Amino acid sequence: MTEPRKARVATASLAGCFGCHMAILDMDEHLIDLMQRVEIHRSPLTDIKSFRHRCDIGIIEGGCCNEENVHVLRDFRRNCDVLIALGQCAIMGGLPAMRNAVMHSDAPLRECLEEAYITGRDIRNVTHNIPNDPALPLLLDKVYPCSEVVEIDVQIPGCAPTGDVIFNALSKLLDGKFDGFERESIRFD
Amino acid sequence: MSGLRFEIDGVEIAARDGQTIMEAADAAGVYIPRLCDHEGLRHQGGCRVCTVKCNGRSVAACTEPAPPDAVVENETPHINKMRRDLVEMLFHEGNHLCPICEASGNCELQAMAYRLDMTDPTRFPYLEPCRPVDASHPDIALDTNRCISCGRCIRASQDIDGKGIFGYVGRGIHRHVAVNGPDLAHTDATIDDVAVSADVCPVGCIIRKRVGFSRPIGERDSDHGLIGSNAKAKADD
Repeated sequence: MTEPRKARVATASLAGCFGCHMAILDMDEHLIDLMQRVEIHRSPLTDIKSFRHRCDIGIIEGGCCNEENVHVLRDFRRNCDVLIALGQCAIMGGLPAMRNAVMHSDAPLRECLEEAYITGRDIRNVTHNIPNDPALPLLLDKVYPCSEVVEIDVQIPGCAPTGDVIFNALSKLLDGKFDGFERESIRFD
Repeated sequence: MSGLRFEIDGVEIAARDGQTIMEAADAAGVYIPRLCDHEGLRHQGGCRVCTVKCNGRSVAACTEPAPPDAVVENETPHINKMRRDLVEMLFHEGNHLCPICEASGNCELQAMAYRLDMTDPTRFPYLEPCRPVDASHPDIALDTNRCISCGRCIRASQDIDGKGIFGYVGRGIHRHVAVNGPDLAHTDATIDDVAVSADVCPVGCIIRKRVGFSRPIGERDSDHGLIGSNAKAKADD
């Protein structure tokens, strides 16, 4: 009898800081237990950049701030059975979403870019331009949570979620027994 | 002194005449979730998070007089689902970015989301309003992005401080809390006002300057259990 195949997991970091991927590594020795049960497919951890197999679990860090994020997120939705939004940025936009509402501004994205590249104090930008190379992904008007772009199956809250919370959630999902979190372990920060 | 009795989730509660359901429940150590209600302030019945079913009818526990011989439902899946939706809508109505908020960990809105298990993918849109920050006062700042219009600062300022620094303006969805003047610096607000004390604002809207992040992670309110988990101990004191 052949051994059951390991569950395939894919991960991606969109408009995030990679902190949630660090939190995955922060499982420490639990990673050994987890790796008995899963293999990591498309992920920054393996440097595999496109789906060659369908995956059982997709883990998304970060929301969508540019068109490439949307493309990757839709690709994950198409290729993953269960899609997880990991961390506050994926769940509700997080820190990047601060650019969605800038005080007294009708065009918050423009104001944000101008302050970052042109008008802000202590800026050394010799071109005095906002970067517009065609190779750069087009920025979206605002930062969108993942659930506004595709259907999300599970959210793991936290900034970043602790390694234990991620491990417990993934273990229960692999057992087919995920039914939410212990309320005492929920954190939005 | 006359008294009456009623039942919350099968627990018999004794109440004095004139007490509300919430006052009687608090005295008996039974916690009913609430946001706009605060110990020492008059009741408002605004947020409806304290909604309970009294003989099958939905009422705000903070304003409803304790009913003789009634059966009150508090912690049922159905009621907690409605409370969770209310709290979720409060999150979506303002800009509640917990990771950058200095009230995180000491925030009643956040604590209520933890208690009510607000972790499922949302069905509501984020309104992302553009609201002002008022940092004009030397000791106090207001980040109205985080205001949930509970009105606790209004009642504290009017009833306890006798000042009326805060008040509601606008109607319907546009109703919000404003200061009585062009900005906070042009009111007679001081850092010693009860209205700006740490406990009155349930979220991170009223900020006392230079004290943010003074309590490290592990020592904040949310690190000591779910909100309301000490209700029994408080009642016994």
